[in-house]
Amino acid sequence: MKITYRLNHLCCGTCAAKIERAIQKLPGVTEASLSFITQKLYLETETEVEDEIKKIVHKIEPDCTLSRI
Amino acid sequence: MNLSSHQKCELIRIATATLLLIGVWISPLTETARLIAFLIPYGIVGLDILITSIRHIGHGQIFDETFLMSIATIGAFILGEYPEAVCVMIFFKVGTLFEDFAITRSRKSIAELMNLSPETATVLRNGTEEIVHPSTISIGETIVIKPGEKVPLDGLVREGESTLDTAALTGESIPRHIGKNDEIISGCINLTGVLTVETTKSSETSTVSRILELVESASVRKAKTEQFITRFSRYYTPIIVSIAVFIALIPPLLFHQDWNDWIFRALMLLVISCPCALVISVPLSFFAGIGTASRHGILVKGGNYLESLTKADTFIFDKTGTITTGTFTVAKHDKNALKIAAYAGYKSSHPLSISIVQAWNNPIPYTRIQNIQEYSGKGISAQLDGKEILAGNIPFLQEHNIILPSSLPNTETVVVTAHNGVYSGCVYLHDTVKPDAQKTITALKRDYHVKKTVLLTGDRKPVADAVSRQIGIDEVHAELLPQQKVAILETLLHSQTGKTVYTGDGINDAPVLARADIGIAMGAFGSDAAIEAADIVLMDDSLEKIPFLCKIARKTKNIVNENIVFILTVKFSFLILSGIGLTTMWSAIFADVGVAIIAILNAMRMMHI
Repeated sequence: MKITYRLNHLCCGTCAAKIERAIQKLPGVTEASLSFITQKLYLETETEVEDEIKKIVHKIEPDCTLSRI
Repeated sequence: MNLSSHQKCELIRIATATLLLIGVWISPLTETARLIAFLIPYGIVGLDILITSIRHIGHGQIFDETFLMSIATIGAFILGEYPEAVCVMIFFKVGTLFEDFAITRSRKSIAELMNLSPETATVLRNGTEEIVHPSTISIGETIVIKPGEKVPLDGLVREGESTLDTAALTGESIPRHIGKNDEIISGCINLTGVLTVETTKSSETSTVSRILELVESASVRKAKTEQFITRFSRYYTPIIVSIAVFIALIPPLLFHQDWNDWIFRALMLLVISCPCALVISVPLSFFAGIGTASRHGILVKGGNYLESLTKADTFIFDKTGTITTGTFTVAKHDKNALKIAAYAGYKSSHPLSISIVQAWNNPIPYTRIQNIQEYSGKGISAQLDGKEILAGNIPFLQEHNIILPSSLPNTETVVVTAHNGVYSGCVYLHDTVKPDAQKTITALKRDYHVKKTVLLTGDRKPVADAVSRQIGIDEVHAELLPQQKVAILETLLHSQTGKTVYTGDGINDAPVLARADIGIAMGAFGSDAAIEAADIVLMDDSLEKIPFLCKIARKTKNIVNENIVFILTVKFSFLILSGIGLTTMWSAIFADVGVAIIAILNAMRMMHI
């Protein structure tokens, strides 16, 4: 399934890169691309990984919130 | 200048702390009182940094900017340098705020480039006009668009006549005339008359939303350079941290150097080396390039295509509809040929059939015509009053065993007809080459290192040759069936070292568009099929957009390269200087934050093209 998320208060470019990498490593995720510029995450995944993603985001950028589009 | 509430809060904190700092600095306090007095402004700007640093350490992320700022300033306090400690923290905060501001500003200005959809629309419900948000209007409702308003949704004009400014979508400033039963696309500005429109799409699926969606998601298809920078910074950070640890420990331990000095230098190394500037400015440049292109009516679906375009050395063009206007006109015809061709072709959407039917301009006896079969690349057969009629090219009629006169002209586009097994004349058609075609080919060869230009067409060889000669295309392949076009593309892909670009009209070129390194679809003003198949979509029919697109691609690449070189040079120089001990916290912060801001501003230069 293809899901798009909006990340609010994504402040740091390197953090965005770290988040993207961590999400790409999640089992079931076939493709993940995070654009720091548009603050959007494009996800292609076989399993439901929203909770894992929230954990990753919170760990790297605690002020950042996730919302599904 | 619009600051977010978060940014405003930061600004107030910084201002307050600065004032307090100056006040305390000049006051005659001593010892403990002095320390506490300096701690107040420090706390105002620095407390959140300290807390964030502790939180990051708790999550396993130790070595980052917040940690360094904390250590550096705490260290300064311990050494008794109170004013310096506060100054450094303030300076860091100022720099970060500027960086944040620069990012927000650039996101906004790129988004503004594509400010296509209006906030309100006037809809006719129960006989009265209501002003609502476009997203609440459903398909089939009637909306009223007054002069000066932006068209909110795609639809069909039911009443009214006007002219439209399509610049926002196509970059074209010549107004288009629109009237009853014409299709209208969202995003245009209605200029002169009031239009009553029945909506055919909701706001989610209207052209404007689809374009915005495409451009936004384009930032996800990352250019190779972007991917490289991300990977680079991933490996680079641990290396830098190791070097920093080395610098902090080895000289004091082995060479009996001063601990303070070397730990300080190690910290500055970490601040200077932060790869944020690269990680932000490179994607931003591509995004700015895509945004600028969309402002001129060019939809680029990914930064990678913009990057590939700079390496393109082969341009392949479809003929009909791309190099030529695609509207044929009947130049002359033999006596019954036009009638037969029109009868056979009235249902066909092929450009030749359309022009023939238009030229016939007489009623078509539908009930007498049966069993219409269209053969792609060849022709059409049908039954007229039970007798077979054919309209198509020479090979098609020969396949049907029609005996053709030996002296058929071969210099023009021709539709040969037959009735009941007997040849019944030809229809001769003219296709017009677009006025900017020659300029485009010349510009591509002269300014953008295009080594090979190719024309592919299903049309006759003499016609194709004539067109190629006229505009300067080097290689011609004519009389091609659709699948043959792909085969030729494959050969070219393998033989050329640079990237191959195919430009076509999208609808029947989907396989070729998909196979080429870069597929450009033209005249796609609203065509879903083209927007789907191509990598880059030109919203209007203007060929001149292609060299312009190359210009954007090249400028983007240049800015990216400039930024990378600038950032790495400055950082590297500061790193060396700090190793020797010639830098201060101030210069370290500049090398981190200042460099990022300059790179971001440089990336925004993209928009002035």
